[in-house]
Amino acid sequence: MWLTPSESEALRLSLDVATRSVACSLPLAIALAWVLTRYRFVGRTLLDALVHLPLVLPPVVVGYGLLVLFGARGVIGSWLEKAFGIDLVFTRNGAALATAVMSFPLMVRAIRISLENVDRGLEEAARTLGAGGLDRFTTITLPLMLPGILAGTITAFSAALGEFGAVITFVSNIPGETRTLPLALYTALQQPGGEHAAARLACLSLALGLGGLLLSEWLARRLRRLLGR
Amino acid sequence: MLTVAAAKRRGTFALNVRFELPTPGVVALFGRSGCGKSTAVNIIAGLLQPDSGRVVLDDTVLVDLQQGVDVPPERRRIGYVFQDTRLFPHLSVAANLRYAQKRAVGAPYVDLAAVTSLLDLAALMNRRTHQLSGGERQRVAIGRALLTQPRLLLLDEPLAALDEARREEVLPYLETLRDQLAIPMVYVTHDFAEVLRLATHIVLMEAGSVTAQGTVGEMSLNPRLRSIIGPDEVGAIIDGVVLGVDSSSNLTRVRVGQGELNVQARGLAVGTALRVQLLARDIIVSTRIPQHLSVRNSLAGIVTGIHGDDDDSDLITIDIGAEEIMARVTKAATRDLSLRPGMEAWALVKSVSLRGHAFAARPK
Repeated sequence: MWLTPSESEALRLSLDVATRSVACSLPLAIALAWVLTRYRFVGRTLLDALVHLPLVLPPVVVGYGLLVLFGARGVIGSWLEKAFGIDLVFTRNGAALATAVMSFPLMVRAIRISLENVDRGLEEAARTLGAGGLDRFTTITLPLMLPGILAGTITAFSAALGEFGAVITFVSNIPGETRTLPLALYTALQQPGGEHAAARLACLSLALGLGGLLLSEWLARRLRRLLGR
Repeated sequence: MLTVAAAKRRGTFALNVRFELPTPGVVALFGRSGCGKSTAVNIIAGLLQPDSGRVVLDDTVLVDLQQGVDVPPERRRIGYVFQDTRLFPHLSVAANLRYAQKRAVGAPYVDLAAVTSLLDLAALMNRRTHQLSGGERQRVAIGRALLTQPRLLLLDEPLAALDEARREEVLPYLETLRDQLAIPMVYVTHDFAEVLRLATHIVLMEAGSVTAQGTVGEMSLNPRLRSIIGPDEVGAIIDGVVLGVDSSSNLTRVRVGQGELNVQARGLAVGTALRVQLLARDIIVSTRIPQHLSVRNSLAGIVTGIHGDDDDSDLITIDIGAEEIMARVTKAATRDLSLRPGMEAWALVKSVSLRGHAFAARPK
């Protein structure tokens, strides 16, 4: 392998953080997409805006917000510490939380679009065939949303691999714990003679991002063919 | 027996329907597009809640808002065949059918093998739904609805999206369903040809209301039908019985009322119920026994009524014994022949349209 131990550590850490981030945010994203698509309620627009906020805010602001809320003295952070012993600051779980918040809007968007495209008539048909609410969701709605869920997951995963600002602000830059690929790249650039390492890490990021997008496109096409669209 | 009485307001459209269907039988909800037929069917299925009303199927109350009863559609055991089929695109034909089969409740009366042979689905089983033709899709959709073991089958314009040839391809299957399973059906259509082929009863709908209802025979004489199907299509529809083949002419003898018609048809067994349509414009009225005419079919009867049809013509109803037929004559002819109720008349039938075999209803 042409990566140095610290670089491959950064790669592994990035993949680990992105996996945790996506695994935790996916169920929430599906639930939120469902609520935003299927229900009309007071504050829906506000909720929608809140979800999308990370797209338009400077990542540093998101990281700062996380520090305030989830930091050792933050409202939620101190409670998590006391109740479950979960420490988010300076840990990879904290990094996962930061990337999850940042990539959440991408995921919700993709899932929401696919849910909007699900023909309600098919759910009605399932109803007349005897399928109750949960049954309909798992056998009809969810499978038909699958292209969007996959696309959303892969996009969010790719974005999570590359999240920088929110991560470094919230959990700092600790080798082996929070120094993901972009942070490692940044660190390399700060050191004299780190240009080679930086270039390699940049190429790696590029390959991962491109690979993710191509995989997502390929899967979407396969699924579309399977559904005959 | 299906009893429906429901009101529903949607924007400026108000639906207010009330009808009954003796089961088994096929009731055609007939009317122009947008008159509320589909809304009525969705209320029966439970996909739409009425503002007020009752829906009762046999002994089961499905909706009675005053009593707080509203059985959800998934527990109504009512099959629904949609115009756009609504097959599940992510499942194969076989999986679509199994989807219904797995969720069926109550005593099964038709199994997968029976549905497969009834609708000729064997060759389609492994296909994906987008690989099917329109007619095939509709057959699968019908099969899927049947496999829920429904107590009632709703069909919402199942043939409307198909071209003429495909329609002819699906219609015989619907007839088979009606005759072999004797499952009560509510059939929504704006095409009178489909009504003629399948229905035993007609519920006529106009602008959200039921304006007339009765058996196909009764309704064929109803003046309200004329405004929808047009004056040229007006005429008695009679479910006759095949008596045999006339050896000299090779024509099939069909009993209608107390009379007899000779029609060109082959291969019909004696006793077959045959639906014939006698268009009012194809009937000539005579007040004497007709002689020396090329027209072979004549039915003797008594004039029962004279109804103005338009400015120039009248519709004469004639009782031919147990059935009534209708003839269109000019007002001048009515006057010259001094036609009036109670007088003897002979109806000369220029042509007889065969409308498939009739459903020999066996009331439960």
